[in-house]
This record gives sequence, C-alpha cells and structure tokens, in this order.
Amino acid sequence: MQTRLSSLVRGVSKHAARLLIVLGLGGFLGATLVRLAPGYGVDEEELDSRLNQESIQALRQSHAREDSLPGFYVRYLIQLMKGDLGDSQTLHQPVRQLLAERFPETLKSVGIGLALAWTAGLTLAMAAVMARARAVDLAACLLASVLLCIPAAVMALLFVIAQAPGRLVLGLIVFPKIFHYSRNLLLRSASLPHVLTARAKGLGGFRVFLWHVLPVAAPQLLALAGVSASLAFAAAIPVEVLCDLPGIGQLAWQAALGRDLVLLVNLTMIVTLITLLANSAADLAANPRRAGEA
Amino acid sequence: MKKGLPLFVFLLSVTLSVVTAKAQSGSQLRFCLGAAPKTLNPLLVDDEASDTVRYLTGGVLMRLNRMTQQLEPELATSWKVSRNGDSISFTLRQNVRFSDGTPFSAEDVAYTMQRLMDPALHSPTGDAFRSSEGKIVTQAGGKDQITIVFPAPVVGLDKLFDQVAIMSAKSPQKEMAVLGPYYVAENKAGSYLLLNRNPNYWKHDAGGRQLPYIDSVRLDIQQNRDIEMLRLARGEIDFINTLSAENYDKLEAQAPKMAFDAGVGLDSEQIWFNQVPSSPLPAYKKAWFASTNFRRAISESINREDLARVVFRGHARPAVSWVSPANKFWFNTKLQPHPFDQKSALKLLSQEGFQMRNGALQDRDGHAVEFSVITNAGNKVRERMAAMIQQDLAGIGIRLNVVTLDFPSLIERITRSFNYEACLLGFVNDDLDPNGQMNAWLSSAENHAWNPNQKAPATAWEAQIDALMRTQASTSDAKKRKQAIDKVQEIVWQQEPFIYLVNKDAMSGVSTALRNVHPVVLRPQVYWNVEQLSIGAEGSRGR
Amino acid sequence: MKWVRLAAILFLVVVSVACLSADFVAPAPYARQFREVPDAAPSSQHLLGTDDLGRDRFSRLLYGTRVSLLLAPAAALLSSLLAAVIGGAAGFAGGWLETSVMAATDLFLSLPWLFLLITVRAFLPLNVSPIASVAITFALLGCLGWAAAARVICADARTLCGSDVIVLARACGIGGFRLLWRHVVPNLKPILYAQFWISIPVFILTEANLGILGLGVAEPLPSWGGMLRELESFSSFSAQPWLFVPLILLMVTVSCFHLALQNEEVWA
Repeated sequence: MQTRLSSLVRGVSKHAARLLIVLGLGGFLGATLVRLAPGYGVDEEELDSRLNQESIQALRQSHAREDSLPGFYVRYLIQLMKGDLGDSQTLHQPVRQLLAERFPETLKSVGIGLALAWTAGLTLAMAAVMARARAVDLAACLLASVLLCIPAAVMALLFVIAQAPGRLVLGLIVFPKIFHYSRNLLLRSASLPHVLTARAKGLGGFRVFLWHVLPVAAPQLLALAGVSASLAFAAAIPVEVLCDLPGIGQLAWQAALGRDLVLLVNLTMIVTLITLLANSAADLAANPRRAGEA
Repeated sequence: MKKGLPLFVFLLSVTLSVVTAKAQSGSQLRFCLGAAPKTLNPLLVDDEASDTVRYLTGGVLMRLNRMTQQLEPELATSWKVSRNGDSISFTLRQNVRFSDGTPFSAEDVAYTMQRLMDPALHSPTGDAFRSSEGKIVTQAGGKDQITIVFPAPVVGLDKLFDQVAIMSAKSPQKEMAVLGPYYVAENKAGSYLLLNRNPNYWKHDAGGRQLPYIDSVRLDIQQNRDIEMLRLARGEIDFINTLSAENYDKLEAQAPKMAFDAGVGLDSEQIWFNQVPSSPLPAYKKAWFASTNFRRAISESINREDLARVVFRGHARPAVSWVSPANKFWFNTKLQPHPFDQKSALKLLSQEGFQMRNGALQDRDGHAVEFSVITNAGNKVRERMAAMIQQDLAGIGIRLNVVTLDFPSLIERITRSFNYEACLLGFVNDDLDPNGQMNAWLSSAENHAWNPNQKAPATAWEAQIDALMRTQASTSDAKKRKQAIDKVQEIVWQQEPFIYLVNKDAMSGVSTALRNVHPVVLRPQVYWNVEQLSIGAEGSRGR
Repeated sequence: MKWVRLAAILFLVVVSVACLSADFVAPAPYARQFREVPDAAPSSQHLLGTDDLGRDRFSRLLYGTRVSLLLAPAAALLSSLLAAVIGGAAGFAGGWLETSVMAATDLFLSLPWLFLLITVRAFLPLNVSPIASVAITFALLGCLGWAAAARVICADARTLCGSDVIVLARACGIGGFRLLWRHVVPNLKPILYAQFWISIPVFILTEANLGILGLGVAEPLPSWGGMLRELESFSSFSAQPWLFVPLILLMVTVSCFHLALQNEEVWA
C-alpha cells in the first residue's frame, strides 16, 4: 500500500515537474514568436503628422526598452512568482484584472461549445454505428461536412442575425471534427471479430455498443477529448471577436493586432496549461497505471 | 378660482417638466468604436477611439463648430490672438465646475497648457502647438483671465484649442474630472465604455434646461463593420459615424431616411513609391521610382473615375492633391485630377527609355517593369482599389503584385526597414489648416513618407516645398499662406510623390429616433453637437 | 448505395474536368473586370453574376476550384502524414520518447503560430507570384496542422501495440520499422482518413483568412476561400443568394470525396 502511494506521489510530482517545464518553455517560445515577428515595437501613432521628430523618437524608444528577450522573460517569471502578471501594453490595465474579467466568459463558451460538440458528435457517431445503415451514416457525414465547410465568420454572422447565443457557434465548429474522428474509431471497433461474436450470441445492439465497441475505442476517444479542449480554445478567438463575447479569445486577437507581448505571453501560458491539463487528464483516464510511471 | 390659477399653472409647469425630464431620463445614446481607446488622458490622444472619448468628456476653451467651421466660445467667453501670433488671451467663463465639483479657473488652463507643452510628454496635441523650442509662459490675471505666450508664432493658434481638453489642477480624480457633457463612469477594457451625464455641466439650452439632453452614452467596441450595420438596422445602436460606400448603399436601399452623405470629405487615398536611397531595392527599381515621368505615367494610367464609381459606388471623386475640395479655402481650384490617358503615359515612359516588348513594359536595360504595392489587409476598399489599379497598369504592360499585410508589419516596412516598393494608404485629415501636415511635407521630417529624414533635400522640388511650408508657417497673413500652400499643391501635382487617387464622401447612418442630427464632413460627423442630440419627439433632423 | 457512390464519382469527374479545362470553359478571363456591371445579378453573359469589381463569378469559381482542389488535399495529405509519422512513432516507441513527443505536441497546439506566419511573410520576397504564394501558404498549413491528430494517433498506436495482432507479429520475429510500417500504420487508417477529410475544408477556409497576413491567394488569382469571404456580409444572404454557390460547391465536393473513397466493407 505504502509502495503504491509513494509511487503515485512520485508519478504525480514528475507529471507536475514536466508540466512546469513545458509551461515555461511555452511562454518563452510564445514570447520569442511575438518578439521576432515583424511589426513588434511599431506604433500606428508614428504615422501622425502632428508629431515632431523628438516625439517619434521617444515613441520608438519606449517600445525598444524591452529589447532583450531573455531579460524580459526572466523579469516576467520573477513577477509571476509574486503573482503579478504585468500590465497590458494595448489596454493599459493589469493583465490579472483583464483575465479575471474575461476568463470565466471563455470558460463558459468553451464549456458549452464542447458539451454541444461532444453530445452531437458522439451521438451521431453512435447512431451511424449502431444503426448499421448506410443512409444514417451518409446523412450524419453530410451534416458534418456541411458544417465543416461553412466559414466561422459566416456561422457567427448567421447566429448574430438570428439573435441566437454566439457560444453555440463554437460547438458547431468543433462538432464535425469530433464526429469524424469518433465515427471512424467506433466503426473500426465495431468491425472487430469479438463484436461479431457478441452479436452472433444474441446480445442487443446497445449492449454490444456499450460493452464491446466503446471500451475498445475509449483510449483514443479520451485522447480526442483532451485535444478538443485546445481546438475549442482556438475556435473561441474568431467566435468571440465576431459575436462580441468579451472573453480571452477577443483579448488574444486584440493583443495579436497590437503585438502586446505581456498579454500574449500570459495567454499563451494559459492555453498551454489548459492543453497540458486536458491531455494529461485524458492520458490518465485512459491508463490510470501511468499515474505512477516516469 | 383666481387664487387657484397661479397654483394650477405652477403645478402644471412642474408636471410638464417632470414628464419631459422623465421622457429623457434614462435615455442612452449608443454607438460603436472600432477599437478600444488607447488612453483616457486627453493630452495623449492619438487614435480615433480615444478622440471620441475626449470629445464627449473634454471641456475646451473654444469649439470649432463642425457645421459652420467657425470657432465658438465654450469655456472661454472671448479670446484675442496677438498680432504676430505668439500669444493668446482668454476671458474665462465664471461659476463653472468640474464633474467632481472642483471649481474651474485660470489655474486649470495654465496647468493644462504646461502639461501639454512638456516636451517629455510628447503629446501629439502639444506638438501641434510647438513651432520652435522653448517653454510657454502662462500669465493668469485673476481667476478668469489668462494669457499664454509661446516662444514663437504659432500658425492657426486659436483653432488648435479645439483639441485641448482642460484638466483640473486640483482634483484628486486627475484626468477623470472633466468639464465636458459626459464623464467616464465605467470602462470594461476591450468591451465597452459607459459615459454618464456630467452633473456640473455648465451649458444650458435656450429654455434654461441643463444639457446634455441624453443621460448617458454607451460606446461598444465593435471591430466588425457588418455586425455594426446589423446592430443599427436592429436599433441596438443609434448611429454609425463613418459608413463605407457599400454599407451606405445598403442602408439607403433599406432605410433611406437613415443614410446621410454629407458630400466629399477631407480624407484621401493615395499611392506612393519608395524613394529612400538606402532601401533594399535593386538599383534599377530605385531609378524608376525616382523618375518624375515614371510616377506621372503611373498616375495617368490609373482610372480614377472608375475607382470612384466602382469601389466607392459613386461616393467619391478623383483626387487632385493633399487638400480636399471640401477644404474650400485651402484647396487649389486651378488644379484638375490627372486624366486617365494610357497613350500619354506610354509617351512619358518612352522618354525615360521604357519600351513595350511582347506585351510587357521593359526599361532601357531590359528589366520587365514589375513591382509590388503593399496595403493593409482586411481593408476591403483598399484591396479592391489595388486590384483595379493592377488591371489598369496591366494595360501598359506593367505587372503589379498586390500584397496585403497586417498593419504593424506594414508600418514597420514604411518607417523602419523601408523594404517596400509602393504603398497604398489613406490619409485621415481632421484639420482644415494644412499647417498640421508640416511634418509630412518637410524633407527632414520622419513622416515625409516617400523619403523621410533627409539631411538635405534630395531634389530641387523638395527644397522648394520645404521653403514654401516654412514661409506659410511664419506668417499669419492668410493671403500669403494661401499663395504658399497653392504653390505646394502645384508642385505635388507635377512631381507626384503621392499619386492621389480619390477623396471619399463623408457618409453616416443615423437612427430615425435620434433628433437634432446634422451630419457634416468634419469629424465627428454625427455627434459633433452631442449635448443637443435627443432621442424621441424633440428637435429636428437635418439633411 | 452504389448509385450514391457512382453519382459522387461522376460529380467529381465533372468538377475536375471543368476546372482543369477552365481556360476553354470559362466565359471570360478570371481577372477581367467588366467595370460597367459590378455586382451584377446572374444573366446569360455572367452565369453567376459579377463580383464587386465586375469580374465574372463563374470564371473565378472555375479557376478558384482548380487552385483549392489541387492544393488543399495536398496540404491535408502532408498534415496527415506528419501526424501519422510523429504520433505513430511516439505511440509505438512508448516510454520517455512518447512522453517527450506528446509534450512537444501539446506545446505545438498552444503556441501562437500567427506570428510565425507573419515572420514567414516577411522573409518572402514581395514579388512572389500568386501561385507560389498560395503553394507556400498551403505547405505551411500542412506543416502546422498535424498536432491535434498526432495525439489521437499516438493513443491509437499505443493501444494497438498491446493488441493481439502486434503481439503475434512480434512473436513471429517482426520488429522495429517493419512492425511499425506493415502492422501499426495500416491500422491507424481510420484516424488518418478523419484527419484528411477534416483538413481539406479547414485548410481552404484558413487560406482565405491568411490574407490578413499577406499570405494566401494574392490578387487577381481567385480561390474558394476568397469567394467564401464575400459571404461575410449579412445583407448578402437575402439580396445575393448566388453568392452561396461556392459554398454549396465546396460542401458537395467534400461530401463527394468522402462518399467516393469510403470503404464499402465497413457495412458488410
């Protein structure tokens, strides 16, 4: 018992350490991408013909203050350990306050979106497999294909016109991906010999699906669940911008346009953390024994 | 009965006031900003969103009436500019208070001007006053008299005060204590701002009622123009200050009473070529772009009428110079837009050794004439203009590559790396006085777009422009200034450092519920008289 | 359902022939601007009307289909192959390699690649041809779009490695690359197909959005994604329903690909 507990503690510590390293790396790489991309440190204000030479130089120098990327990142990490996430350069507000206001909004959107996507996706995939009828599968595939082909902007606009909740758009964007993966995984599992045996022995369709098809595809579906979290966050950006939802997706877009390094680093780390947690949880759920492994 | 009549009248008038007040109380003006304001400090305003907040909250000494284009007294009841234009004296309005109750006096004007002119602040508004080095001197003659002395004459001095929102020297709220019709009550960063009526606003209407009529203003941050249109159609917002030509036509078709076209505006769209000698372009391309005949030929190959008709759906006109025809005093009426004449263009090019070979234009060394034009991505109007110009230039054998870039990348190319060949952008002109563009026309300036920061003018015509701009800045004689500016326009027309394409119309969309609306050309087109706007039955709608 | 499959194949053949012979079928060059009739409704001269610059929409649809149909599946194939190699190898190897690769994949999913794309644009010459620009765009999308599928493939490969098939193969002395290539990867097909089908329309739409970075299809070359961007205006819905033709064509084409290449044995 004690050996199992210590093994579990060791495993969890290793997971946590790995998480922190990847998180730190994610923040640094995100900062590098932003910092090295063209357009960093320029300000639209420079084009104002009222500004004289000195003012334009002062404007440029104010952006050049954080020239050293490693220096910036070290300073950022030190501040982070004190709980200070820095100030947004574009919105001139503490990042902590911005995230506190907007993160719940995005969580709500992503939660609702994922719930809709998984409910619809898995249900349709199940229907396609259990019905064992080409027509059902065809209809489901066509629906998913149609939704995949509609641009997010058009979908969002349709929802705005219909005055429907914009959050549902997220679900409709993620649903086709979940459906296609789930359908293919479940179909493959359903074609395995043991399923044929179960049917031959007279087991009902739903029982066969629940006890013999779904468990085989479970690890992959759990991995898909982890991945769908990051897909949903990525989809949140255009949806929030278009549907005017004040979440971190909208914040991310504004930060990207303004090359707001501090805000972008924080957002990158949040998305990295969520991705890591979601995928780690999916891995552990698929294989609990891995909790104690190196 | 006789005794009861005055009481009855009194009660009736009170009731009517209450009813009228109730009709307005809780009224809210709603419109959208394209981006979040970068600052709420009125001295540092440089973007449109911040300027909107400043206009709605800031109290100014004089206001340029956007309709009559004349200066009107506001916090200053009168003013006088000295003969040589280096000082201005104000008589201030009495018994005025900031939104937090702090009394307004000459001390606040002095404080504001000292802060504004602090070189360390690098205020764009302050730089507009800065005609030379040196400090200003403020001389207060009591609570309601003040004279401001500048180190050198400032052209158009009085009109510049339209942009100076007076700040309190004493209030603990600092820049949040305001003298304008509204104050910032709530700011959800990146989402919306809520402005409430200033309870201490000094202005009253003819009937003695305190302005503004509308109790609050909600500014939603909305980047998507189509959704903004949808919201106007639904009545979720009350107006759109600047409508594109496409959206104007749509609105006019659906609700003609809501669409306003105030006529040609002050803004322009233009292309320029990179003439920076140190740019990373091949030498032969630098030679092309430096040639006046080449630029003139390009200009004459572009069909401006088509641009105005197709891209702007007739809501624009071919541009002549950097001064729009809407700017009646300063526009050089002798100049006409360059005609669309590809034969003439080819003639000009042949003078520079260009020749057509197998349908493609080549220079004297056999290089095919091919270059790129960068413009900001996401701006459908500019993308369409670029596509049309691409087709026009194909008519004389020139291959134009259209490259759309995100705005920060574009700015970096045109101001830092100079790694571009041609650029298509627009100029937003808020100022009628062309002196405001001094830093665009002086060859030594940073904003001398095609070849900035010249140690000495690279060409004779740029030297001429330098001299003319300095001449007009050194005198307050309007006639002399007009002559100089006319000459600058003539030189620019001949040399084409900027190939001016079109001047767009100033178009807006306004809800029929909004009253006392008179959209104009100058910004802010719709809400320039915000304190007199009302929602409902009162007032009129102007066209 | 054989007739459905046949119909799908026939449709794809018609579309392919039409867009490959666009030079002969198109009523006008895709770049030609009929400036007298911008935003025109469908007519005998312009079957799908004209766009806002007076260009024939039908011609642009034909040429745009060529661009998108050729390059999007190529990019989808690239992303699927990368997902297969990376995810498959990680799941097959297991241990620290799997952990490291999956951590890198998670990182890949989280980074703001927008800035990499901006940087790539900065390094490209300004005068790159529209075809080269769009090819580079799709290549980039292919290189960036593998991460999500790789995770699922890794989980699938890991499960497969514990299956009877692989145990038997190992018992027969098959190991290493041969085991991976002959026995693991073929069983990953369901996820790879899903990844492929999903990527095609996603890349077509993403290409249009990359115009904001200077990548994507440059003027005057048309693309499906570019034509779909015209729908981003609410009044188009009722006023100009013919604008939906590219969207319908995309939906039908993607569905037909799916139908044409689906394995009938699944339904035995």
